[in-house]
This record gives sequence, C-alpha cells and structure tokens, in this order.
Amino acid sequence: MLSVAINDLRFRNPLLLASGILDESGESMLQVIKHGAGGVVTKSIGMEPREGYENPVIYELSYGLLNAIGLANPGIENYGEEIKIAKRGGVPVIGSVFGKDAEEFAYLARKMEEYSVDAVELNLSCPHARGYGMEIGVDAALVEEIVKEVKRKVNIPVWAKLTPNTHNIVEIAKAASDSDALVLINTVRAMAIDIEAKLPVLSNIFGGLSGPCIKPIGIRAVYEVYREVEKPIVGVGGIIDARDVIEYIMAGASAVEIGTAIYLRGIHVFSEIASEMEDWMKKHGYEKIEELVGIAQVR
Amino acid sequence: MYRVVEIEEIIKETPTIKTFFFRDETQPSPGQFYMIWLPGVDEFPMSISYIGERKAFSVKLVGEGTRKMHSLSEGDRLWIRGPYGRGFVEKNKKALFVGGGSGMATLAPLIERMRGDVVIAARTKEELLFKRRFKNRRVYIATDDGSEGFRGFAHELVERLLEENEYEIIYTCGPELMMRKLIDIAIERGLDIQASLERLMKCGIGICDSCSINGYRVCVDGPVFEKDILIEMSDLGRYTRDRAGRRVPL
Repeated sequence: MLSVAINDLRFRNPLLLASGILDESGESMLQVIKHGAGGVVTKSIGMEPREGYENPVIYELSYGLLNAIGLANPGIENYGEEIKIAKRGGVPVIGSVFGKDAEEFAYLARKMEEYSVDAVELNLSCPHARGYGMEIGVDAALVEEIVKEVKRKVNIPVWAKLTPNTHNIVEIAKAASDSDALVLINTVRAMAIDIEAKLPVLSNIFGGLSGPCIKPIGIRAVYEVYREVEKPIVGVGGIIDARDVIEYIMAGASAVEIGTAIYLRGIHVFSEIASEMEDWMKKHGYEKIEELVGIAQVR
Repeated sequence: MYRVVEIEEIIKETPTIKTFFFRDETQPSPGQFYMIWLPGVDEFPMSISYIGERKAFSVKLVGEGTRKMHSLSEGDRLWIRGPYGRGFVEKNKKALFVGGGSGMATLAPLIERMRGDVVIAARTKEELLFKRRFKNRRVYIATDDGSEGFRGFAHELVERLLEENEYEIIYTCGPELMMRKLIDIAIERGLDIQASLERLMKCGIGICDSCSINGYRVCVDGPVFEKDILIEMSDLGRYTRDRAGRRVPL
C-alpha cells in the first residue's frame, strides 16, 4: 500500500529519515529503521572530520526548531563502518555529502558508492556553513557542474537537495536536472535574538528553520518544481503527520523526508505516520500511495 | 526559549564544585537535566542537584563554560531550558547508591527521596561531595588516594559491601569507567542497576546524535538507563564519540 519507488530504488514506505537528524552513527540509523522509516539519509559527510559550531546549536520555538549544528561529521574516510551498520537495517541508505566544488562532491560520492550506499544525496542547501551548502546551491551554473560531474563519476542514483533560500528554485532545479531525483527543501535561513541577553541565540548567529512553520514553503517548492522538471521529487520540510505527507505527495512528491517530527513526536513517528496514512487511504478508497502523486496540480 | 533565573546563593562544596541555588517553577525528577546558557560564552547540560521549589545545580569546573559559571556571583542570571531526559525510576528494592566525584550531584535528590545506603567516592577527600547532606543514613566513603575512608576505587568498596549486605539494586552516577565496572558487577551478581550517563551533548533534545551510545540518545532516552539497555551498550566504558562524531577509544 505504502511502497514507493524513486527510479529503480524501492522503499517499503515513503517516509525517509532526513539528513542531519539522528544519522551520524550507524546504530542510531538502525534505531530509526526499527521504528518504521522506509529509508535513511545520513548526516552530510565532508572531506575532513568537522566539529561543527559551539553551543548553542539549537533553539526551540513553539512553531519549529532553529539549528546551526555546523555540518559536524566524522569525515568521509571514517564513515564506512557507520554505513555498514546502517545497511543491516534492510532499507535503502542514502549517503549525504557536502563539498566546496564539483571535484570534492565527486570524490565524496565515489567513496559513498564504495561504502555501498543505495543513492547519494548532494547537500546543495545547508543554510549556515560558509563556502558550502546553499552558498553553492544558489548558483545555477555551479549546481549544474556539480551534478554533471557526480553523475559522470558514480553509477548509483544521485539526488540533489536544494535550498528554498533563493528567489527562483525552479531555475536551480532545472540546473540540477541531470540528477536522478530532487529533494526539496532544506531549512530556511533564519535567526533569533534573546531579548534578555540582547544577543543572537545561536553561536553561529544564523541557522536553519525547520518544523511546521516551513511546510507551506516546502509544499510551494515541490508544487512549482513538479510542473517544470520531470524528475522524481522527495519532499521535506515541516512534516509532522500523515496529512502533511499526503499534502506533499499531492503536490508532486514521490516520497518525503522527516526530521523535526522526531523531536516533536518521538522516534516512533515513522511507524505512527505509516499507519495514519493507511487509515486515511482506506477511508478514501486508495490502494496505492503512488496514485496520489501530483494529483493536486492545477493545470 | 530560555527562562532567565537569578542565582540566590552560591556554596563552595569542594575545590572544584560549587552549588548555585535558584528558583524555578518546573518540576524535575531526580536524574533529569537542564541546558544552561551563559550568553556569549557557552551552553552545557547540567543535572539538577536540589529539586524543590528552591533548586540548584552543583557544577564541577571542567571547561570554559563551567569556569565562567564559577566566576558568577549571587544575583547574577542564568539562562536555562529544560528539564530534559528520563530520570531514575524509583523501585521498591534494597538500594545502594554509588556516586563518584560530581556524580553525587545527580544522585543526591534521589537519595533524599528513597531509603538505602550511600557510597560517596572521589579521587581525594577534598573532592567528596555532599558528605554531610544525608541524615540517618549509612554513608561509606572511598577515595582513590586513601585520604579518607576506604582506599581504592568505588567499585572495589561496592564489592566488599556486597559480601555483607543483600542489596537488590545499585543507582549510580560518576565516571564512565566506574559505572562500567558497577554494571559488570551487577550483571555478574544478578543485581538490578540504573546508571546516569554523560556524553558530549549538543542539542539536548534528541536530534543531533552527538550523545548517542550504541543507538541510544543520552539526552532523551537517558540520561538514566535501566539494566536491560545498559547491557546492550557495548561501547560504554570503551568507546566514546568526539565533537566530530568519530568513534574513539575512551
């Protein structure tokens, strides 16, 4: 009922773990899989070990989370064992990578392929790391070059995760259209000030906003891109329950990624949403979730 | 969102540990923790050492953030969020409480709510925390250097006590290697055990994966874990994770 495919990659359900959440260690990814995720995306891995920013790296809001972890990661050379452990979960493992240019991205993607990930996700969208992520991901020419170079170097599917922090996500999506799937969206660049301290809260000042408050931005991005680019889309941003997943799918997503909901509802959120989705589908007479992809598009 | 609380009183407990009293309306259970933000300096997790209306953190000087904390005065402010995590589960079993170093800060509110004997351990006698806090109680002292009480490690004293007493459960907080030994003792002798763990923590709310041990998050699945989970933690006392998330020998 919930099984979906992104190109040839098959998932037991469309609920994947979003990059950056509980996915640095293989054993944590196994826990997420045990609690029902259809697939997991690893923390974004770079060329070298990286400690990330000093605390505070997170700020809790009533409508979402603000974070600037700072791409902390063990480095690609130390990451093979974590993938190996995560693969024991029996669902697809997607390796997320971030680099400063096409060459680094290609190297990282090759290493991920060697570690036997099922696909690689290019982080072209982290909103708070100098020289990485969205600083690259808003440059259409650079995005095109990176995606082409990675495609040339690996045989596994390549997913491009794009930023909403641009005036024209369709243009960036077109630039990334050599990829096998588009992942929309990453967090929205944002900040918060503590008025008692009279200071920005995050040590990095700027961070990424996630959670329910960004869902309409994600829905808009998926809807816009689905009309213009013929690639499978993975929807991300503010998904808390089955209704949110169905909304993304109706906008044009084939699958979704979930992160902040783990904080809001607990790690069991994946199996809970899966069963909520089945209830909704039975009630509305749908047998396959794939029937719903893009049905809300107004032509 | 942070709450701002004012430090009402500061007590110097040992050469490296100070207790900071404040008032706050949250109702933590023993073993839970808060995140303390010192604006412009650092944010770090801290377990609660007094849990009444008048609460306290007993803070050991370990790094930049706690050094700044030690320089604060009565009347200064703390930015806090929490309480977080799972505390101790109070069981109706004959208990032995084992606190090593500043680990006593975490155990103290639990000890005050329950019956049972107490082992207070530290490197040396000046570092023994809350030696006089518990009334009408059997309190055993162990110091690594023998400057007070039993000379040797906490787990060595515990093994002796287990020869003479029928304890059914150990509640512990302290250095990871000490807790590892106590868990091994509990497994070997068929005792129950709960341990409050400490790992490098960033978010404190269960998403960043920094504090995870064998897939269990210290910040939300713990910091207090029960025996069935502790048994599964093969990394405990052996491997830790650095700030970049690399698995490294402890």
